[in-house]
Amino acid sequence: MSSAATRARWVAVGLVVAIVAATALTLALLGFDVAHAGRALVNGSFGSWYAFGSGTLVRATPLILTGLAVSLAFQSGVFNIGAEGQFLTGAAAASAIALSGSRSPAWLLVVGVLIGGSIAGAAWAWIAAELRARFHVLEVISTIMLNFVAAYLVSYLVRGPLQEPARIYPQTETFVTIARLPRFGPTTRLHIGFAIACAACVVCWWALRYTAAGFRARVAGANPDAARSAGLIDVRRVTSRAFVVSGALAGLAGAVEVSGVTYALYENISPGFGYTAIAVALLARLNALAVLGTGILFGALEAGATAMQRDAGVPSVVVSVVEASVILTMVAAGRVQIGRWVGKGRA
Amino acid sequence: MISPGGAFLASAVRTATPLALAALGELVVERSGVINISLEGVVLFGAFGALAGATHGGVVGGFAAGVFCGILTAAVFAVFAVGLRSDQIITGTAVTLLAFGATGTLYRAFYGAHGAALSIPTIGPVAIPLLSRVPVVGPGAFDQPIVTYVVYLLIPFLWWWMFRRAAGLSLRAVGESPAAARAAGVGVGRYRSLAILFGGAAGGLAGATLVLAQAGTFAEGMSAGRGFVAIAIVVLGRWHPIGIAVASLVFGAASALQFLVQSLGLGIPYQLALALPYVLTLAGLAGVAGRVGAPASLARIDDLDR
Repeated sequence: MSSAATRARWVAVGLVVAIVAATALTLALLGFDVAHAGRALVNGSFGSWYAFGSGTLVRATPLILTGLAVSLAFQSGVFNIGAEGQFLTGAAAASAIALSGSRSPAWLLVVGVLIGGSIAGAAWAWIAAELRARFHVLEVISTIMLNFVAAYLVSYLVRGPLQEPARIYPQTETFVTIARLPRFGPTTRLHIGFAIACAACVVCWWALRYTAAGFRARVAGANPDAARSAGLIDVRRVTSRAFVVSGALAGLAGAVEVSGVTYALYENISPGFGYTAIAVALLARLNALAVLGTGILFGALEAGATAMQRDAGVPSVVVSVVEASVILTMVAAGRVQIGRWVGKGRA
Repeated sequence: MISPGGAFLASAVRTATPLALAALGELVVERSGVINISLEGVVLFGAFGALAGATHGGVVGGFAAGVFCGILTAAVFAVFAVGLRSDQIITGTAVTLLAFGATGTLYRAFYGAHGAALSIPTIGPVAIPLLSRVPVVGPGAFDQPIVTYVVYLLIPFLWWWMFRRAAGLSLRAVGESPAAARAAGVGVGRYRSLAILFGGAAGGLAGATLVLAQAGTFAEGMSAGRGFVAIAIVVLGRWHPIGIAVASLVFGAASALQFLVQSLGLGIPYQLALALPYVLTLAGLAGVAGRVGAPASLARIDDLDR
């Protein structure tokens, strides 16, 4: 690690601290009890082993997986703003599988749930990837449109074919035990999805760094013109693949969330994981291993914010302001290099 | 006496009005070579500003505050995207997130988390003499709130300004080739900044329209993707005012269709009807073949002026 890079990292940390301080000051001016809110924030995120494991890490799990999805896409020169929609379709497919297979062997059902969710997320991203590759549709616009379609799709499913048998609430039946991810212990809510997220980070980091496919993806993202003129890289195919893999990761996040935390599908199952994921990925400077750390950081922030709203009445949505400020800080500091994609990155 | 056709058209025009406003603003922005994804946040902040303004200064105060908040939100984007040359897509996404968090926090701080939906003054339709009497088209298109007529005037005005005025030519030059524009003595950064602020004003007016001419109240996240749809409409309209007018109306009609579907009772789930406009937008984008007519320097930051 060079000293310049180390310094850049500390500058970033300093700016984030400044943002948090500024937000706290604003809240104080609006008349909130900031000291009380701060205590609730810390207690709800790092205050105890229970808060850390069952609050922070549980909340971090989908953020790590979607953050990984975004970082992989951005590195490959794909502006996947659609992790939200891919998360939702992943959650929907996983739920459909979990609700259908109550008589299958236990391990098989859980594995099916996770794979099904990944495939659904990949398929949702594939639509945007095809639109980009074949029709030159900006993926920024198409993925956002697909986010809305996915939200309405979930809304339809939980009021239609997947609604609980009594047909009162807009949600599915609670999953059978064998469709749920095992937890690390009887006293914690932390489930093995967190371990899956950690493993995914390590695998992605390794694949991007040490495999030919990872190299091609990085080159296609960093400089599509060079990649194309070098002649060995089919930029269109490489970016489409990275797009689909990114969608699979976001879909996996959805599957992990329904089978590890909620045990059911309902509307608004994602409090904007797919958008927070952009902040997670950028703060990690798109590094897959660093996503683990930034995911936990934002997990702590969101878990703490939930406690803050409950105990001190401070709206948890204020976290979005902090996240947005982090993103703006990172792009302004020029720490994130992303493929100059519009007009150049397309075949 | 409104015929079913007239009612359908009226509904389509009502939905299309804020979309067209936001899209016409974004048109000017994109013609200068900048894509402002934060339009969604601009519309949302405009809506919140309209609420705050209307509770203190009535309808006029509401519209003024909405436009002001839209400009303010766009200014944040301009500082980063033009001033600091940060990536436009990511900056735009961040500003939208910022607007979402800030309006949510401010709304709860000032109006309470679960307070009863606020009711504020709204503007009613104004029938234009003679034109509103034309069968079918009249009551649908010429018996609307005044902002709709602003759109009607803005469309030819923008066309005239962009294609018949020197300043409009400069704007388009900045979008097509910043280097050439700069060599000709055109201030690239200035044009882009002003274009973004104009887009903010139009987007803010669109947000104010949602509150003051349609809903009569504010809800968290009430822009509900309209800013994003407006960006798609700019593409669908091939970066031309007339095209944008048509695309907005088509989207409005697709949305109006969902009421028709519900009232006919065909058994089509209403959530799927709600998703229809978004699906049609995707299909339309594929049909328009992406970047036909797009300004050449759109969203590229490597050739901004230094």
